[in-house]
Amino acid sequence: MLIAIFADIHANRQAFSACLAQARNHGAERIVLLGDYVGYGADPEWTVTTVMDLVDKGAVAVLGNHDSAIGNRREQLNMEAQIVIEWTRGELGQSQRQFLADLPLTREDDDRLFVHAEASNPKSWIYVQHIENAAHSMMATSANITFCGHIHKPALYSMSALAKMTAFTPTTDVAVQLLPGRRWLAVLGSVGQPRDGNPAASYLMLDTEKREVTYCRAPYDVEQAAAQIRKKGLPIRLAERLFVGK
Amino acid sequence: MVRPSLEIGSIIDGFQIEDCLHLGGMATLWSVSRPGSTMPMLMKVPKFEEGEDPAAIVSFEMEQMILPRLSGVHVPKFVAAGDFAVQPYIVMERIIGKTLLARLPELPLPYAEVAEIGVKVATALNDLHRQHVFHLDVKPSNIMFRSTGEAVLIDFGLSHHQQLPDLMQEEFRLPYGTAPYMAPEQLLSIRNDSRSDVFALGVLLYFFSTGVRPFGESETMRGMRRRLWRDPEPPRRLKPNYPAWLQEIVLRCIEIEPAWRYPTVSQVAFDLSHQSEVKLTARSERLRRDPFTTVLRRRFNPDLTKPIERPERAATELASAPIVAVAIDLAEGSASLGNALRIAAEQILATLPSARLACLNVLKQSRIAIDTALDEQGHNKHIDRLIALRHWAEPLKLEDRHLTVHVLEAFDPASAILEFAQANRIDHILIGARQNSLLRKLLGSVSAKVAAEAPCTVTVVRPSRLEESEKSPAQDEPTPKESSV
Repeated sequence: MLIAIFADIHANRQAFSACLAQARNHGAERIVLLGDYVGYGADPEWTVTTVMDLVDKGAVAVLGNHDSAIGNRREQLNMEAQIVIEWTRGELGQSQRQFLADLPLTREDDDRLFVHAEASNPKSWIYVQHIENAAHSMMATSANITFCGHIHKPALYSMSALAKMTAFTPTTDVAVQLLPGRRWLAVLGSVGQPRDGNPAASYLMLDTEKREVTYCRAPYDVEQAAAQIRKKGLPIRLAERLFVGK
Repeated sequence: MVRPSLEIGSIIDGFQIEDCLHLGGMATLWSVSRPGSTMPMLMKVPKFEEGEDPAAIVSFEMEQMILPRLSGVHVPKFVAAGDFAVQPYIVMERIIGKTLLARLPELPLPYAEVAEIGVKVATALNDLHRQHVFHLDVKPSNIMFRSTGEAVLIDFGLSHHQQLPDLMQEEFRLPYGTAPYMAPEQLLSIRNDSRSDVFALGVLLYFFSTGVRPFGESETMRGMRRRLWRDPEPPRRLKPNYPAWLQEIVLRCIEIEPAWRYPTVSQVAFDLSHQSEVKLTARSERLRRDPFTTVLRRRFNPDLTKPIERPERAATELASAPIVAVAIDLAEGSASLGNALRIAAEQILATLPSARLACLNVLKQSRIAIDTALDEQGHNKHIDRLIALRHWAEPLKLEDRHLTVHVLEAFDPASAILEFAQANRIDHILIGARQNSLLRKLLGSVSAKVAAEAPCTVTVVRPSRLEESEKSPAQDEPTPKESSV
C-alpha cells in the first residue's frame, strides 16, 4: 500500500493542495498527517476543515505543538508563532478547535509509529536535531519505523542491531529501502514552511510492501501563499521566508 | 528465528544450491540454479553468527541496497534478495572466469596490456560513478571480465551510494577497505569522494606495470597512514625503461591530495588510450621520491592528516569535469563557423574549469582512389590538420592537459565522430551545421546524424545569420574534394 505522509502544513493552503494533488497522482491510497496544521500560515480554517474531512475518510492524524497551543495557553512558542496562534484562535470555529484538542499525540499502525516531534517524550516537543536525539527517540519505542516532523528539515536515521546509528539527508524522489535488519526514524520536511533551503513543499511516500520511503517535493504558488500572509496582517518575515525555504 | 540449513542440493525460494564457490571471511558464495533460468547465478550468504565481525552484516546490507539499483554490463545483474528475518542472501549473475587476481604471478605485465586493462577498469568505474556509486574497494580480486571483454566490478559491500544512507558511516571507527589500494582520505574515514577510486586504479596500474605495490602491504594503521605523507618510488626508478606517459598517468592517479588527481575516471581512460597526447609534467620524469623536507611538511600539516568534513562530491560536480569533443571543419571559408564553435566551446569551458576539450577533424578517405598521405605540394595532410586544429584552439588559451587534437581518417565523417564519442566516453559533442549547402543535400547532414545517434549531449552550432549573409553563400561551400568536418 502507498501511504502519503504530511507534516507541518502550517495553514499553507497552496502548499498542501499541491502536495495532496501530487501524492494522489503518485497513487497514494492512505494519508497520514503528522501535526501542526495551523500556525505561521494564512489559511487555518480551510486547512483544519480539509484535515477533518480527510480524517473522516480514514486518514490518521496526530497533534502538533501549534495545534495544541490553540486550546492550551501554556504551550511555549516563539514571538512570531505566538502572534499567529492568537489570530488563528479567532479564525477557527468551535468544532475545529475541538477537533484539534482531541487529536492524539501518537498513533501506531503495524510496526510504524506516527508522532509530531519524537517518541521519547512526545509532549515535550523535542527537536530531532542530531543523531543523539534520533537515538533517544528510537530507544523509546518498539516500532520499527518512526515518522515525525517538527524540525522542518528532512532526515533519515537508522539504528543497527548493535545500536550503531547512521544519519542521512534524503535525495528527492530516490526511494530508500528501509532494511528490516535495523530500525528507522524518518524525519519529514515541512509542507507549509520548508526550512532546508528548498522552497518546494516537502512530504513523504511510504510503500509498505517494498518497505521503501521516497521524500517528495511539490512546487506550489509561493507568491499567493505569501500574499495571503501579508493580507491577513501576519508578521512579514513569515511571508518572506517561504520564498527561500529558510 | 529458524534458518534453513544451507547445503548442496537444498532449495531456498526456488533456488537450488549447487556448489560452494568461495568461503570468505564475510560471506559464502554458492552457485545456484532455478528452473527456467539459463543465466549462471551465484548466491551470496553473509556470515551472521555470534562473534562474527559486524562489518559482515553492514556490508551485506549495503550490497543489498546498492546492487538492485545498478544496471549495465559492468556489474553483475541482480536477481533476488532473501528475507532478512528468514535467510538473508543475494542472488546475482555469476560472471564466468577468474578475477584479475589470477594474473598476479605474471606481473609485471607489458605496458600496453596494463594500459588496456586500465582503460577497461576505468570504463567500468565510470559507468558506476554515473550511477552515483563509488566502489571504494577497487582491487584485482573485485574485477572480472566478460567474454566480450568488458570489465565487471563485483562486491559493493564497501561502496558508497550518493543517494542512499551510508550504513558504514557510523558503524566503524576504523576505515574499511583493502590496505594496499586504500586512498589516503579513506584512512580518514572519508567515504564520499569518487577520486578514491581514481587512487585505487592508479595503485593497480602501478602494481601491474612494475610488479611492486606502491604503498606496500602493511595492514597496520600506522603502516597504512604513511601514505598520507610519504609518496611511493616513481616507477621509473624501479624500471628505467618505464614509459613517461604511463608514469605521468599513474603518479597523477595516486597523488595524496584528491584535487591533484584526475577529476574523473573517464579522464584516466582517455589518457590511457591516447598515450601520445598525455601532457608530460615533471611527474613523468621523476626518478626519486619527494625530498625529506616535503615529506616532513606533509607529515605535520594538520590539514592533510586530520579527518575533515568534506561535502559530498555531488553528481553535478562529477559532471563538471566532462570530456567535450569539438568537430571542426578546416575547409576554406568555414572561418565563421569555426569562430562560432570556438565561442560555444569557450562558454562551456568558462563554467566547467576541469573540462577537457578534444578537437576532432575528419580526413575524408576516398572510396575509390587510393589516398596518399601527401597532398599535391608534398605536405603530410594528417600532420597539417593536427597543426590546424591546434591553431583553431590557440585562442582558448587552454593548458595542454585540458586539450587534445585528433585527426580521424574515415569514409563517413558522422560515423567517425560517433565512434570516437563512443570509444572515449565523450560527454558532450559540439558540431557545426552548414546551412543551404548543396553538399548537405547530396550527402546528408553530418551534424544531423551525429545529433540523432550520439550517446551523449550534442550541441549543433550555427554562425549567426547576420554574419553569414555578409558573405556570398558560395564562400562557405567547400568543394567536395576538401570536404571535412
